[in-house]
Amino acid sequence: MNIRRYFGENLFPPIIGIGLFIVVWMILAQSSEALPGPIKTWDSAVVLFSDPFYNHGPNDQGIGWNILNSLGRVGVGFGLAALIGIPLGFIVGRVEFIDKMTSPIISMLRPVSPLAWLPIGLLVFKAANPAAIWVIFISSIWPMIINTAMGVRQLPQDYLNVARVLNLSEWKIFTKILFPATLPYMLTGIRLAIGTAWLVIVAAEMLTGGVGIGFWVWDEWNNLNVEHIIIAIFVVGIVGLLLEMLLVRLAKRFSY
Amino acid sequence: MKKYVQVENVQMSFETRNGAFVALKDVNLNIARGEFVTLIGHSGCGKSTLLNLIAGLLMPTDGVLLCADREIAGPGPDRGVVFQNHSLLPWLTCFENVYLAVERVFGETEGRAELNRRTHEALGLVHLTHAEQKLPNEISGGMKQRVGIARALAMQPKVLLMDEPFGALDALTRAHLQDELMKIVEKTNSTVIMVTHDVDEAVLLSDRIVMMTNGPAAMIGEILEVDLPRPRNRLALASDAGYHRIRGAVLEFLYQKHVKEAA
Repeated sequence: MNIRRYFGENLFPPIIGIGLFIVVWMILAQSSEALPGPIKTWDSAVVLFSDPFYNHGPNDQGIGWNILNSLGRVGVGFGLAALIGIPLGFIVGRVEFIDKMTSPIISMLRPVSPLAWLPIGLLVFKAANPAAIWVIFISSIWPMIINTAMGVRQLPQDYLNVARVLNLSEWKIFTKILFPATLPYMLTGIRLAIGTAWLVIVAAEMLTGGVGIGFWVWDEWNNLNVEHIIIAIFVVGIVGLLLEMLLVRLAKRFSY
Repeated sequence: MKKYVQVENVQMSFETRNGAFVALKDVNLNIARGEFVTLIGHSGCGKSTLLNLIAGLLMPTDGVLLCADREIAGPGPDRGVVFQNHSLLPWLTCFENVYLAVERVFGETEGRAELNRRTHEALGLVHLTHAEQKLPNEISGGMKQRVGIARALAMQPKVLLMDEPFGALDALTRAHLQDELMKIVEKTNSTVIMVTHDVDEAVLLSDRIVMMTNGPAAMIGEILEVDLPRPRNRLALASDAGYHRIRGAVLEFLYQKHVKEAA
């Protein structure tokens, strides 16, 4: 009884949604010659995913390599951003002078489209790959600084009073109070950052080339292989969704 | 009377947008070792300010405060504080919350086993051995407050400072914790200074009740000796003439001599 209700309430609506989506897609594909329908795309995907890790030189590699290369770039750029952004966030949140010093710069640079930084990256690094990583770095550092700093600023006075009454050392204050109290905010920053990074990587790779899901989309456009472009859209969406779910899980583990 | 905590000519004013606000004026108070003193008064009378001054969380504008003949220059583990809202760290278990305090005070001279023993002992004192490994969010408000008391006691402070420790609890839990606190204080012979706005609580627990006038520039209005014999029993006191006399005196002070207009 309960199981039936659970399915009725939680599984039925998304199934209907996906079904409707496919029907609309089919109708659109019927009336357009260029747009392949779901069945044709599915067949193409089966072929594509039956051998995801082939390697026929730098311009022809399996979908698996493309995804892994893109994830690798995001990982490096994002990791560097975390390495610099999180400590910086702590300092900005803790020291009012530095907060006021950096806030106009951060406010001005944050809304800049990450791709605008690509030429600077190409200029400095003189190579496409580090330039793409640079773009990821710059797009994911802002949410990490801003959210970490916000977490530090929102530290309840009660906890600081505990620290004062117990006369805790600076190190204990950091490890036992400041860091755990800020962690949920930090994870929000990380989630926002990785979302943006995954958004940006496709566009960056279209411009820089190399092995990666973004360049693959561009390549398939040049080949006029529309099925593959649609598959790429789904792949990007699903990988993004998985990253998001992973981080939500992680954040739940650390919420109090 | 041997003076243990001394408050001498203390004045406290805060800088506000409209100039200095004098919260306390000419406060003098001596507390003996092993004494239980409550500070009572209408809200805004500066009783918490006085407690925070003794805790060292605030520095007086004028005057001096001493604890065991040493000037109070800041917060320190010789004065354990129990906060109204318990202030436990939510990411640490009850055990770890208490251990943090124990480690700070005894960590340099004692080994891990000894620190663990002290932590167990403190939680045992408030009857929370079964909840040691629980997080604060997993236990009731009364239990949280007991962990707060255990944390303060585990440091073996010279003075236990309590800022309306039971104010946020329901009446039944409050009564239960008051009884428990009486037993603990009797066992540990602690010196306690407690802020409260509950007349019954003040009479039940105190050796002396310090009644404060209304702010701004609050002062100590009267100090009342509570000469009821210990151990005290709330049921027996309910029909005790001495209890009602003291209770009446406090009520008279609060609601006749220093009545506060409803805000």
